[in-house]
Amino acid sequence: MILDFSSQIDYLWALLPEVVLAVTGLLVLTLDVFQRGARSVQSRTWVRWTAVAGVLIALVANAYLLRFDVPVRSAMIAMDSFRVATNFVILGATALGLLFSFDYLKREGLNIGEFYFLMLTASIGMMLLAGSRDLIVVFLAVELMSLAVYILTGFDRKDPRSAEGSLKYFLMGAFASGFLLYGIALLFGATGSTNLALVTSEVARGARDGNFLLHAGVALVVVGFGFKVSAVPFHMWTPDAYEGAPTPVTGFMAAGVKAAGFAALIRIVTVELAPAASVWMVVLWWLAVLTMIVPNLIALAEDNVKRMLAYSSIAHAGYLMVGVVSGGAVGRSATLLYLAVYAVMTLGAFAVVGVVAGQGDSRGSLADFRGLGWRRPLLGAAMVVFLLSLAGFPPTGGFIGKLYLLLAAVEAGQVTLAVILVLTSFVSYYYYLRVIWKMYFEEAPEGAALPEVPGAAFRIAAVVAVVLILVAGLLPGRAIRTAELAGADLAPRRVVPLSQPGAPTGVSGTSTD
Amino acid sequence: MKQAYVGVAILFLVGLLTSGMFLLLSHLASAYRPTKVKAMPYESGINPLGDTRERYSVKFYIVAMLFIVFDIETIFFIPWAVIFRDLGLFGLIEMFIFIFVLGVGLAYAWKKGALEWD
Repeated sequence: MILDFSSQIDYLWALLPEVVLAVTGLLVLTLDVFQRGARSVQSRTWVRWTAVAGVLIALVANAYLLRFDVPVRSAMIAMDSFRVATNFVILGATALGLLFSFDYLKREGLNIGEFYFLMLTASIGMMLLAGSRDLIVVFLAVELMSLAVYILTGFDRKDPRSAEGSLKYFLMGAFASGFLLYGIALLFGATGSTNLALVTSEVARGARDGNFLLHAGVALVVVGFGFKVSAVPFHMWTPDAYEGAPTPVTGFMAAGVKAAGFAALIRIVTVELAPAASVWMVVLWWLAVLTMIVPNLIALAEDNVKRMLAYSSIAHAGYLMVGVVSGGAVGRSATLLYLAVYAVMTLGAFAVVGVVAGQGDSRGSLADFRGLGWRRPLLGAAMVVFLLSLAGFPPTGGFIGKLYLLLAAVEAGQVTLAVILVLTSFVSYYYYLRVIWKMYFEEAPEGAALPEVPGAAFRIAAVVAVVLILVAGLLPGRAIRTAELAGADLAPRRVVPLSQPGAPTGVSGTSTD
Repeated sequence: MKQAYVGVAILFLVGLLTSGMFLLLSHLASAYRPTKVKAMPYESGINPLGDTRERYSVKFYIVAMLFIVFDIETIFFIPWAVIFRDLGLFGLIEMFIFIFVLGVGLAYAWKKGALEWD
């Protein structure tokens, strides 16, 4: 089937996974409110699995996207394998996040309809952000994703930490959105279009008299995305928001929002704005350096495991930034591969923390992990896999991901970044392995509460996550090939500027003076 | 290109000057004799009962949110109605989808009891 976007209906096909998720979201919301009689546990279970089924259908729909032939590349949404690959990462993170949240919501007595609706909505926003080729769509997607995630952060509204985290995240996020929007406005002013294909060709022509506008616009867009992916020095909100949010949401945020933010950063800044590399290259380089060093040092002193993992997720943003800076097809595929592995392992680690912390998230400190490996062997074993993968030890996907990132960095001549990556990884071993030490080599004190045995959904998700990480570590060939294909299918293409309906006559008129 | 903005700058300056001049002139020319009655928010209205910074029910926020449902609907309906003929059948169907989604939101709010005051 050919999609040339001559008819609006073509967009319906191009957005198939998003449409599936939107329909599922509405269905879940209404099913939850319109259940007959008292809210029985059975009907709630049904609502839960409806949400999961929707995500699985969206995964199938996403694979189907590759079957479309797209002769035109100037549509508002990308139709390349990079988008399909990032969609897989985001949908996978959503599915795992949904499954991990079953027990948590039951334990904390949270509303499920709204929760799943918001998760699906956030997921739609993430996918649109990762795939959009129009600056207006970028902004809409950022807002769709962020608004849903702000609410999810404060979803446990009886917990003051949740409310605090949500408010901080919202205020900082609103600022970030403002920066991003202002950057978009300046880019529009400099190039006369919001369509990224046209922006690229205009930037490549060296937008004659709008150079200052262009540079300021690029800088502001980078700042906006820096906030979203929590790069140092824009990371201040992250520990509080991640600690306050309900734990499955934290995992979902750390995986999904970051995946979408990095996908957009790669697509928009390093590919579409490649001609302006002189502006963003230095900025991203320093962001990468700071984001690798600072959180790794802070995490050393952190006793709350959830907060420690929050800093770890910032540090991983730094590693991913190395791939972005390295650029080229190799850098992009390395980032993509690491994003996929990182999403799975961080979701898993946060999920285990959610189980161990127990009622009201009260037992989240390092001391509460003492003896976990012997008292709950399977949970402990899963946590070991997640932590070793986060640290980057050999039999796991985290090792392959880091190795590939290093290769990309060295190939691109970014040796300094590669060295910093290795050194900071060594530093991070301390705080990851400390948890494992507590789990196996220290005894739990007398009368310490035993974490509940998680339900079926959690177990399925945990097994899937562990298997994915080990497969990515032991048999990485297929994953690497997919990532390489996706990373290569993103190169900027020459686009014939068709009659652009949204082209502002005023701006292009004044720029020809 | 920069010259195109000179006009804007002039307009800005003129606006600033005019408004500043009016303020200055009225300050210089007017007589200022305050009384307690004159200082009240509504000189010829009901006497104020207290501070405006009071806590009020969260229900008002729900009403405000419900208002948004209809407000947004109107905002999108008017431009749609203007170019309705150009959009053709697809525009019509799309608008029905839009109304459907809004309707789901309204039904959700209704079922949740947002339309009842107590």
